[in-house]
Amino acid sequence: MDVLVVLAILVILAAVVWVIGAPLRAGAAAEEGAGPDAAGFEELEAEKAAKYREIRDAELDHRTGKLDETDWQAVDRQLRAEAVAILREIDRLGGRAPPPDR
Amino acid sequence: MDPARKRSLRLVVALTAAVVLAGALVYTSVSASTPARTPGQLLGRAVAGRSYQLVGKVVDGSITHRGAATLFRVRDRDGTASIPVRYTGAVPDPFRDGREVIVQVHKSGAGFVGEKDTLVTKCPSKFTAKS
Amino acid sequence: MATLGRACLILSFAIALYGLGAGLAAWRMGRRDIAASARRSVYALAGVLTVAMVILEVAFVGDDFSFATVASHSSTTTPAFYKMAAVWSSQEGSLLLWVWLLASWSSLVLFLTRRRMRDVTPVATAVLAGFAAFFAGLLVFTASPFETLAAVPVDGSGLNPLLRHPSMMIHPPMLYSGYTLFTVPFAFAVGALATGKVDAEWITATRRFALAAWLFLGIGIILGARWSYAELGWGGYWAWDPVENASLLPWLTGTAFIHSIMIQEKRGMLKVWNVSLVLATGILAILGTFLVRSGILDSIHAFGASTLGIPFVVLIVGLIALSIGLVAWRSSLMRSEHRIDSLLSREAAFLFNNLLFVGLAFVVFFGTFFPLITDALGDRRNLGPPWFNRITVPLAIALVGLAGLAPLISWRRATRANLRRNLAIPVGFGVLVAIALVAAGGVADRPAALAMFALAGFLVAGVAQELWRGTRARRTMSADSWPLAVVSLVRRNRRRYGGYLVHVGMATLFVGVAASSAFQHARDVRIRPGQTAAIGGYDIRYAKPVGRVETRDGRVERIVLGAQLVVSKDGKVLSTLEPTRGYYPASAPFAPVSGMFGGESTSEVRMIAGLRRDVWSAVEPELSSVRPVMRTYDRAIRRMAAEKRPVDQQVLAFRVGLEKVVQTYAAGQPPATFRMIVSPLVAWIWIGGIIVFGGGLVSMWPAPRGVRRRAPAGYAARVARELGRA
Repeated sequence: MDVLVVLAILVILAAVVWVIGAPLRAGAAAEEGAGPDAAGFEELEAEKAAKYREIRDAELDHRTGKLDETDWQAVDRQLRAEAVAILREIDRLGGRAPPPDR
Repeated sequence: MDPARKRSLRLVVALTAAVVLAGALVYTSVSASTPARTPGQLLGRAVAGRSYQLVGKVVDGSITHRGAATLFRVRDRDGTASIPVRYTGAVPDPFRDGREVIVQVHKSGAGFVGEKDTLVTKCPSKFTAKS
Repeated sequence: MATLGRACLILSFAIALYGLGAGLAAWRMGRRDIAASARRSVYALAGVLTVAMVILEVAFVGDDFSFATVASHSSTTTPAFYKMAAVWSSQEGSLLLWVWLLASWSSLVLFLTRRRMRDVTPVATAVLAGFAAFFAGLLVFTASPFETLAAVPVDGSGLNPLLRHPSMMIHPPMLYSGYTLFTVPFAFAVGALATGKVDAEWITATRRFALAAWLFLGIGIILGARWSYAELGWGGYWAWDPVENASLLPWLTGTAFIHSIMIQEKRGMLKVWNVSLVLATGILAILGTFLVRSGILDSIHAFGASTLGIPFVVLIVGLIALSIGLVAWRSSLMRSEHRIDSLLSREAAFLFNNLLFVGLAFVVFFGTFFPLITDALGDRRNLGPPWFNRITVPLAIALVGLAGLAPLISWRRATRANLRRNLAIPVGFGVLVAIALVAAGGVADRPAALAMFALAGFLVAGVAQELWRGTRARRTMSADSWPLAVVSLVRRNRRRYGGYLVHVGMATLFVGVAASSAFQHARDVRIRPGQTAAIGGYDIRYAKPVGRVETRDGRVERIVLGAQLVVSKDGKVLSTLEPTRGYYPASAPFAPVSGMFGGESTSEVRMIAGLRRDVWSAVEPELSSVRPVMRTYDRAIRRMAAEKRPVDQQVLAFRVGLEKVVQTYAAGQPPATFRMIVSPLVAWIWIGGIIVFGGGLVSMWPAPRGVRRRAPAGYAARVARELGRA
């Protein structure tokens, strides 16, 4: 029994070391896949999603009678312009950093 | 009014409101609270007609029933000073000898009367570490 | 096996420390390989702690009384289902559950964010590993669940009967999941502040985790309330007990956060406020854990002496200092991009909502810690439920009103015309509800309840109007049928309609709370068999006493004494209730007869539950009629023991004695004290909770990801096309 316990502890320890150590063994190079601009790219994607959500929200607000026609058109125009700006930025980055494989 | 002054004015208004509300909170809490006392602190010093939050342990073997009333003694957590309490109504399930209880009481004659629905017994799940 | 468990705990402490160090190193050095290693250390932590958890569960289920915690919290007569739940009924077991849930949830979150926020995650990993290290350290150094007993007892002392309720299986894990999940937004906030990346991506991630935590904590709280109502012979669901309050605090600030984060997302405002809310919520979650596990406040949950106080205080003070320091350091990065345009806008409504939630949290905090504050001033004083009710009821009413109003006004600025158009029907409906209730009678002298009902009507009508108008708009664009249009509308706007559903659920819940607290009839009566008590329009007759001995595997589990009650209304019999009280053996399974009544005893509450009202009953039998029988058999058994008669004869005498006690009780005319409650609409509290849960799921469900393809077409067209999807 005691031997088994010691064995089990050793097995767990080895597994832990193996799991935690894997990235360190592979070295920095293997993890570089996404490129240096990936962080900025992700951030822009999140901004884009938020902007799209806002456009949809405004549209729904308009359709459910909470935004007047003129107000909505102004808001919508502005939001779409901001979305376009974000898209441009994404494409500018996209030339160098391909989207991560998801 | 220029924006900066407007902003500072708004800040002052908000802060004043916060201070007034906090003051009201403290005021109501002081008037609504009851002093927490151990049996030793109440012995001979309790004022008739005032409510106290009694905190202590049920004395072993002191629980008796008289009709719907439960009579028991409460002692200091680490001590022997104890006072008699008469409580009417249903007692919580975990209530028994040696349990820590909290009950709102007022002095009545030589003993203390528990106020309705104020008896709380500590959840025994956390007691097993000691017992 | 205990050795293996202990080794797992020590190992997890070491892993957590490694994760803390590696995360910080990865951040300072900007090394991705080290960051990946830190993240994997959290996975490994979850794995090792799972092994520890399994060892403990196996010990409980297999009745391994060589474990000290099994011997003191389980027994062979404990039902198998409750043996599994008994793991977290002890201090050390619940700490293990806490850290195991922390590691598991952290692993899931870090796995989901493994390719995102590469700057922020190493710091967040370090923070989460730091929390894990703290709790693993407690388990290793002060409260190990793997203590063994030198002398192994034949049987354990059993799980406290009060805790034998199905909710016990899920209430603590839900609550702890909420607590641990709230440390995740905290960790990401620290990460975002440390790296200076308080941006849109951080919001998206944090919002979802905060929502999950909010949902779990909410379910945990509701389950606790339900357990208290259905199991404790008290009949209430909320007592403003410090531990209840402690679980409510992070929930309140968390609710404020999920609302105000929307303003930051849309308008770039309130950045400092949001980050502070997340940090405060995380700290309050830790504080909640601490309050349950310490004795600093007199609570039904807290216990007298604890060794955990000082480490926890150090941790909490450290967290507060860290939070304030980080916010002050990065405040220049968090300037507002806009200002509020108008007081008649959704931003303003959200702002008021935040003030109310934070105000509520402050009030509850103040009331909870009032004894400590006054103790420091030299006169320890307590605040009771009446004070809490007086302050929180108006705030709750205002919140329901605001929750009804906010969805009806638009962002930025609402004009008078569209306010009129949007508010007319809901306000009209709310007024109608109020008038109808006043006309029906009995409500006018309860203004708080009346206001709550009317505002709930306003809220529900507003949501219905929103859904109707949205569906109608959807149908003008597509030829969908009505049901299909509703589904696709909700699917395309999950967050919006999920949120509305949560509002409806909360309003339902508050209607239940208002009705059951304002119109409840409660009585404690002492009656004899044949006598009748009248309460709230019902006549409850004590028909006859009942009694039985319940055994499990040939051993006495408990004695049940109670009463048969016949409930009738206007002379018509509705139902029969049989509330009882279960008496469990004092210590050893074999004790003299009277010992059965010196141990734990629990009320078995019985009720007629209905959508309109619950008729609730609990009984406290009077034992005076059976005391002589007990004494006779106690004496006989003592004599047999003195004469060294065989043990099985003594056991037989014990069993006969118990049967005799039970028969005597059931055949006699023993008086009993009953607590009877007629409580209207209580069921809607639980129904409201389920609706909130459903709404939370709807808004949390990830939206289908739009296909991301680079298109050469014009940007405006691309925006239009990508909007059309999903």
